[in-house]
Amino acid sequence: MNILELQNLKKYFATQKAVDDISFTIEQGSIFGLLGPNGAGKTTLLRMITGIFYPDYGSIIFNGKKFDPSKDIANIGYMPEERGLYKKMKIGEQALYLAQLKGLSRQDAMRKIKTWFVKFEMESWWNKKVEDLSKGMSQKLQFVTTVLHEPELIILDEPFSGLDPVNANLIKDEIFNLAKNGSTVIFSTHRMEQVEEICSHIVLVNKGTKILDGTVAQIKNQYKENVYRLGATTSAHNLMTYIFEVIKHLPNELILKLQHDSTTNDVLKFFIGQDIPINSFNEVLPTLNEIFIKLVEGTPEARQFQATK
Amino acid sequence: MNKIWLIIKREYLTRVRNKTFLLSTFLLPIVMMLFIFGSAFFAMSNKEKLKKIAVINDPGMFKANLKSDSLQLTFDFNTTVDSSNYFAKGYDAVLNLNNDSAARKFTIHSKKQLGIDAQEMIETRLDRAFENNQLQKNGIRKQTLDSISKQSIGAFTIDNRVTSDKGQYQEVNAQLNYGVGFGSGILIYITMFIFGAMVMRGVMEEKTNRIAEVMISSVKPFQLMMGKILGIAAVGLTQFFLWIVLIMILSSVVSAFIPSELIQQAGDMNKNMPVGGGNSAMVMKLIEMKQTVSNVNWLQIISCFIFYFLGGYLFYASLFAAIGSVINEDPQEAQSLMIPITMPIIFAFIIMTSNLNMPDSKIMVWASMIPFTSPIVMMARIPSGVPLQQLILSMVLLIAGFWFTTWLAAKIYRTGILMYGKKASWKEMLKWAFRKS
Repeated sequence: MNILELQNLKKYFATQKAVDDISFTIEQGSIFGLLGPNGAGKTTLLRMITGIFYPDYGSIIFNGKKFDPSKDIANIGYMPEERGLYKKMKIGEQALYLAQLKGLSRQDAMRKIKTWFVKFEMESWWNKKVEDLSKGMSQKLQFVTTVLHEPELIILDEPFSGLDPVNANLIKDEIFNLAKNGSTVIFSTHRMEQVEEICSHIVLVNKGTKILDGTVAQIKNQYKENVYRLGATTSAHNLMTYIFEVIKHLPNELILKLQHDSTTNDVLKFFIGQDIPINSFNEVLPTLNEIFIKLVEGTPEARQFQATK
Repeated sequence: MNKIWLIIKREYLTRVRNKTFLLSTFLLPIVMMLFIFGSAFFAMSNKEKLKKIAVINDPGMFKANLKSDSLQLTFDFNTTVDSSNYFAKGYDAVLNLNNDSAARKFTIHSKKQLGIDAQEMIETRLDRAFENNQLQKNGIRKQTLDSISKQSIGAFTIDNRVTSDKGQYQEVNAQLNYGVGFGSGILIYITMFIFGAMVMRGVMEEKTNRIAEVMISSVKPFQLMMGKILGIAAVGLTQFFLWIVLIMILSSVVSAFIPSELIQQAGDMNKNMPVGGGNSAMVMKLIEMKQTVSNVNWLQIISCFIFYFLGGYLFYASLFAAIGSVINEDPQEAQSLMIPITMPIIFAFIIMTSNLNMPDSKIMVWASMIPFTSPIVMMARIPSGVPLQQLILSMVLLIAGFWFTTWLAAKIYRTGILMYGKKASWKEMLKWAFRKS
């Protein structure tokens, strides 16, 4: 079942088309990656999903019904890229306040805050003020306030920025946990290695339009370039053939690209014919990073994207 | 509705628990009372100790008429004293009346400077002595003159009775009305700035802390803005309420200790100095005022004050919120954007102060109708009496006014609070304000 369906969403601002006809669906319980360079329209898209902006055109279907911000935002938890908390407020009160604004009763909120604080070892922080916290600590608090009301849809914009590896893992485990318990997570980032690790389904947007949609494996397959790695000791005179093109030649390893009418068996036959022992032979799939750079290259945003990858 | 209530509660509690709020609430009335009573008390009790003054070389004109009093000055006609040995003989100063009396300038020698009061007092005594001397010379009896002036000074008073709509006479005290009007006008002026700026800073804080986006994903921007505005209004009302209570407590405590003495002294001084005792005259006026204070319609003034405080505050607070929402980090931007909002407030204040003595002049009537200026100007007019239809019209216009500014500001706020980076121009803000939802 799809928790969220976006149909032909458009949002134009005076100076640019921030979101220009984007549609995709997100399955319940999945971890969904929304990717794109800076200025691609991710934040605008997320703001429409969280009810902050109204789309100019198109519709959002949430849980099978038309998205009604006043009702449905109680089922959404949103952690924006720019973190924000009231600096002068005590941490416990702050968590309680934000939870109550999401519609939890006081007792209910208190109980849940306590559980989360214990889980993240934050119990002793209750009376501290946010301004006294380190960046990583306030990040954890922000995460707790986002998921506290057990939303069906959790939207995390760059959740790991500023976290050390230990805390990043802690949050990552929680994300998996939440997904396992039925929550859907939308995960917006530039960091591709995290996407490959976490997300089951991704969408890439650039300049307000969707340019890629599918599972990580699908996309990698779609963009594979018939590149293989061959473990064998070879020298230049062994490689004179039209079956493949050598990309990289190391003493014990070859990276080669098949010509489009050749098959992998042709390659193996070629080396076996020369009586060269083969240690290994496997396909090299492009990393998401490579795919994305390739796709958005040439657009002005791409330079920014590469700089931040 | 439940959410807006939560926001109001937070805004209210974080401010009321703040140390600055407690300090300003409790210290201000105490400081004010201390200042008023302290200065009055000092003026009364700042008697210098008795000064002994030796008089030498009296040509004879003063001996009979220069009177000592037991409180401040004693004059001693002692021929053995001169300007070199007066201190050794126990005098504070020596007054030499040797100079040419036509020049009317004498010399007094003292170890320490005498001070303006003492010097003035001695001069008054000399004048009085000279007067008595002249009266005797011309054959006028002092008692006759005294009894005439006693009858004539303050013999007549004018009682201004204003005919009200119902045809009843009402005693008014123009000065008191002036004072009350001016006071409440200033109070509204100051509080509009204080609490308006508080709203603006609150909005700026939310924007620069980036909490705005988290909040907007839970509540509507309008709820967030109104919650803040109403929460701060509640803070303002709490502060007024506490001030009134504190001033009442303090003034009853203070008047239990001081006034009998104060009034006694005022009376004493009045007897001693029938002509021109500035302090005592003021105290008498205050006592007189205290009696007429009960003639003022306090209930009407206080309820109108609360109405115009809230109305004026709501009218401007949403505009301040809109300004706060378009500012990025830099407080300098706030300065220039605030000018169009602060100008009408200052303008209202100027109208009030320059026309307060003519509360029914055309400019005052007009300014008390227009919502931009009415909270300050109308409040200044109310103590002198305002026709009911004018009051109602002014109130209706103010209510309509703040609905309009809130509606306008909410639209600017909604866009501004999530805009980062560039500063919004007035043109853009107007575009946000007037575009369809």
